[in-house]
Amino acid sequence: MSAKEIASGGHVAWLLAGPALLLFAGIVLVPIVMTGLLSFYDWGPYKGIETVFTLKNWREIVTDSYFFGIFLRTFRIALLVTVISVLIGTPEAYILNRMEKPWRSFFPVIVLGPLLISVVARTLGWALLFGSTGLINVALVRLGIVASPIQFMFTETGVVIALVHVLVPLVVISVWATLQRLDPQIENAAISLGGSGFTVFRRIVLPQVMPGILSGAIVVFALAASAFATPAIIGGRRIKVASTLAYDEFLNTLNWPLGAAVAVLLLVGLAAIIAGSNRLMERRYSEMFR
Amino acid sequence: MSRNGPFALIFHTLFIAFIVAPIVIVCIVAFTPEGYLSLPTKGLSLRWFRAIADYPEFVRAFRDSLWLAALSSTIAVLFAVPAALAIARHRFIGREAMLAFFMSPLMIPHVVLGIAFLRFFTTIGIGGTFIGLVLSHIVIVMPFALRLVLAASIGMDRTVEHAAISLGAGPVTVFRRVTLPLILPGVVSGWVLAFITSFDEVTMTVFIASPSTITLPVRMFLYIQDNIDPLVTSVSAALIFLTVIVMVMLDRFFGLDRLFIGASR
Repeated sequence: MSAKEIASGGHVAWLLAGPALLLFAGIVLVPIVMTGLLSFYDWGPYKGIETVFTLKNWREIVTDSYFFGIFLRTFRIALLVTVISVLIGTPEAYILNRMEKPWRSFFPVIVLGPLLISVVARTLGWALLFGSTGLINVALVRLGIVASPIQFMFTETGVVIALVHVLVPLVVISVWATLQRLDPQIENAAISLGGSGFTVFRRIVLPQVMPGILSGAIVVFALAASAFATPAIIGGRRIKVASTLAYDEFLNTLNWPLGAAVAVLLLVGLAAIIAGSNRLMERRYSEMFR
Repeated sequence: MSRNGPFALIFHTLFIAFIVAPIVIVCIVAFTPEGYLSLPTKGLSLRWFRAIADYPEFVRAFRDSLWLAALSSTIAVLFAVPAALAIARHRFIGREAMLAFFMSPLMIPHVVLGIAFLRFFTTIGIGGTFIGLVLSHIVIVMPFALRLVLAASIGMDRTVEHAAISLGAGPVTVFRRVTLPLILPGVVSGWVLAFITSFDEVTMTVFIASPSTITLPVRMFLYIQDNIDPLVTSVSAALIFLTVIVMVMLDRFFGLDRLFIGASR
């Protein structure tokens, strides 16, 4: 960097980033603040939105057990999806990383490719598999595992399975990226000292990829808790989560202030959980991030 | 694949089956000759693919999605390049905050963004318009464009620029003839990822789309909410085939793993 650039550094930087900053201030900051304000407005079926300050919506969300139940379900589903995605995504990333050519370049495309396919198309696939005459139930009944078809559609189980499918590639990416930075000699040393495959994975590899697992888990949790299309299609009206609740308040009931309060609570709740787990992670693994 | 044991390979097979099952089933059911959802046991038929042509709303939504994705990712890249250069090359107060601000659309749930934009656009009088869709999509694809351009700008060797300056090139010439060609791979992959993100977005768009301006994923979502039939299955299958073709091309040019790992950092 030349002396001239250092001297003018700040000004040039703000000038270069200026257009993007203005754009973001105008169409990110302003709408979010407006939504926050909206959650304090009054609403009635006949009068519509009234711009007076009231805590009515917030009181309703905090005291009504209906809303509590939906938020509880949202976070229960998100937690389950995160745990399952980590449990199956981490070993898969390890297996992918140990593959040799040509599989080493083929299978990652199969695992990560679905991320590029529309969520609606992928969820439709699960709806087809889940139906009472769908492939899963036909197979289960034919194999004699169950006597009568299992209900997957409009259940939490169905939503969790479909969400794991949508989000597990993100765990694989995150762990895989960490694995590629590891020194393979450490693993070889453990093997030469007599460690079995599973012991090496558990005692040597796992502790080293922990940061990758945790950062993948945080992303999956955040996306699962705010997922919309998958719970809406698989869960239907029966399994409502925070985002489908907000959608109904906005586009069906037309109670925008209440819907805004639901959205703001989801935003704040998620931000708190993510910030908390990030801090925990940095304290625990600070030496790895340097 | 000698380094993986038998248990690892069984696990891997099950995992791959889980990943491809719902995608494959859509592609198979789409070829049914029957008038209802079923596996095509008595031969394959293209009748449901032909039926798409009778529903111009899907074709129109597809066209609008392509325009929206192309416009919003191009504009996002135009904003992202100078911003990325500013963040990559200068140390100034507020640099970290600026980066976090540009990345914030990744952290905010898309439902919240959808609601915020719906409120904002109806207030300023552009609710349900194409301009509103473009503005909102610029915001959600910006983090992807910025991240990949930023990675390219940080990795760039600046001595080439200094050489150009010492040979008398002006700032515009340096940018056009030296800087831009060097960061071009990042710019292009940022644009591609932005395009795909915009094209697939449904959660935020469902709030701000209107019957006259609607994207393909939202059109499909609303259709599925009413009923699931072979028609929407064939639309999904067509979309899957198209995505796979794009995916194969991307893998040839960039390496899909590089694109993804670049995006996840």
